[in-house]
Amino acid sequence: MRVYQGKSVFGGIAIGKIHVYRKGEQKVTRSRIADVEAELARFWKARDTAIEQLKGLYAKAVKEVGESGAAIFEIHQIMLTDDDFLESIENMIRTQQVNAEYAVAVTGDNFSGMFAAMEDEYMRGRAADVKDISERLLTILIGDDSGQTAMEEPVILVAEDLAPSETVQLDKEKILSFVTLHGSVNSHTAILARTMAIPALVGTQLPVGLFGKESEAFEERVGKEGIGKKGTDRDTGCQLNGMLAVVDGNQGLIYVDPDEQTLKEMRRKQEQERERKELLQTLKGKESATKDGQPMLLYANIGNSRDLAMVLQNDAEGIGLFRSEFLYLGKESYPTEEEQFRVYKKVAETMAGKRVIIRTLDIGADKQADYFHLNAEENPAMGLRGIRICLTRPDVFRTQLRALFRASAYGKIAIMYPMITSVREVRQIRELVESVKKELDCEHICYGQVEQGIMIETPAAAIISDLLAKEVDFFSIGTNDLTQYLLAIDRQNEALDSFYDPFHPALLRMIYQTVQNAHKAGIWCGICGELGAETKLTKLFLAMGIDELSVSPGAILPLRRMIRDTDAAMEKTEQLKQWLGEDSVGI
Amino acid sequence: MKEFRYVITDPEGVHARPAGELVKAAKQWEASVKITSAGKTADAKKIFGLMGLGIRQGDEIVVTVEGADEEQAAAALEEFLKQAL
Repeated sequence: MRVYQGKSVFGGIAIGKIHVYRKGEQKVTRSRIADVEAELARFWKARDTAIEQLKGLYAKAVKEVGESGAAIFEIHQIMLTDDDFLESIENMIRTQQVNAEYAVAVTGDNFSGMFAAMEDEYMRGRAADVKDISERLLTILIGDDSGQTAMEEPVILVAEDLAPSETVQLDKEKILSFVTLHGSVNSHTAILARTMAIPALVGTQLPVGLFGKESEAFEERVGKEGIGKKGTDRDTGCQLNGMLAVVDGNQGLIYVDPDEQTLKEMRRKQEQERERKELLQTLKGKESATKDGQPMLLYANIGNSRDLAMVLQNDAEGIGLFRSEFLYLGKESYPTEEEQFRVYKKVAETMAGKRVIIRTLDIGADKQADYFHLNAEENPAMGLRGIRICLTRPDVFRTQLRALFRASAYGKIAIMYPMITSVREVRQIRELVESVKKELDCEHICYGQVEQGIMIETPAAAIISDLLAKEVDFFSIGTNDLTQYLLAIDRQNEALDSFYDPFHPALLRMIYQTVQNAHKAGIWCGICGELGAETKLTKLFLAMGIDELSVSPGAILPLRRMIRDTDAAMEKTEQLKQWLGEDSVGI
Repeated sequence: MKEFRYVITDPEGVHARPAGELVKAAKQWEASVKITSAGKTADAKKIFGLMGLGIRQGDEIVVTVEGADEEQAAAALEEFLKQAL
């Protein structure tokens, strides 16, 4: 078994035989031509044929992947009418008296080189488009359309790179997964793979020798057999073709010639995924409400705008916890307002009117970026973190608030503040928010209605939740921290396992009191900690009257099934008794 | 000659698809359409040059229209930019 790492563009597991795709890359020779006009006519005819082909491909792609996925073939047509491109070819044929093939190949290289040298990753990706249109012209000019060998059974397609026109011409029924050596996550192949919803890897560190080129790069092997040595035991295309492989789109790995154990494990995962998909089919678009009509909002927790695809796939009704830390971590300096604004706006727009709850910066001494220069602390869990950092560094906080409010013009954004322990903190935040709003008003920048809520994750906040409820629009209970602060147990410490009860009645009672206090003040209350996804407690949460559960995207559909199978009114008393203790009903 | 300024709001900047649309929009007019961004100028009727400017969100571009139908062309292109980019 050999394992190679790639960048995943779509999750899922594919198991099948490898089919190594080889480009019909055209060999072009330079030759001198006698009749310039005839050669030019040849070129123009080829150009027109290429445009005709692209029109056909556009129509085919619209059917297969929709208009936005097909747009690339329209762009290719426009590229083939670009005066600079055409003039360059024409000039070469005229002044150097070379064959059209050579002029096309050289011009194509020059133009794709221009894109390859650009700063922007997206634009660099466009070099492939230029190559693609030149290849198309060359194929027409040379008249060689030997094409690809047909695939008899569904395969894992391994290629050095795939041009958009190549992907669309492939028989989709016969493809389980794409794995390419090059290509960015923004490449059209990646976009098409996502549209087709099949696992795909790009930038995969397969040995280049696979495609008949010698190169020492990309030669890295991991896996049970250890890290292979450069240049030894190199896979070649011939060896790989027809070999059994597993693509794990979730981990970004391809296992070539997997061992029994891996195969078994992957088959199991694939089965799980199939079940999840079936669940999705039956539950997608269905309401999350109990048999007797009690609703429960099922939102997703995300840590990155890349997770949005998962959010949509799992039919989340909103985003209940967007961890904004990723904007700050792994950076050299503070993210700018503009940078943050773009990300928040994108999320708000993608969720199209569904609620997006963004938690303001929640870092601490144990999880920080260097430029924050936070001092090391004896006990970071109880140190300068969360809202405490925001309030001691109002300039950093204001930047985030401005970005959030600006983005609120593009969707339904709600803001949530972490690590609250007192009413005073909430009022301080309010003051800052008001001054930020005033500032935006002065600059004539519009913003939307923004709900503002707090995390209930300290026992202090839970105990004064009646007072806090009067100050905010919603609560979201962060059970991870609440549990550790309440039980005085560090969950990372294995030695304490026998003392740790994740369903401790003290915790569950505290949650119940918090939700009751929220409802008394007329605000809603959700749970965004890990406990929210615990299906053992779903009935209890319904009994308590929790309004929202925010969980990792994959947990949404199982929860929806659970909720739809519950009769909340009938089970209420029993649930409260079972989990909160005998006399708990009146709590 | 007509000239106007516009700040790109599309988060993706002038990437392939809007560049293609802009070229289509510019080609409808007889007037020449030039776009200047960060000191570089490109012909808006040529997709490669346009994409080569690498225009991103937040960048200000100057659109210069010159020719018989420049009045209408400039108005139409400004409208197009507001809609698409």
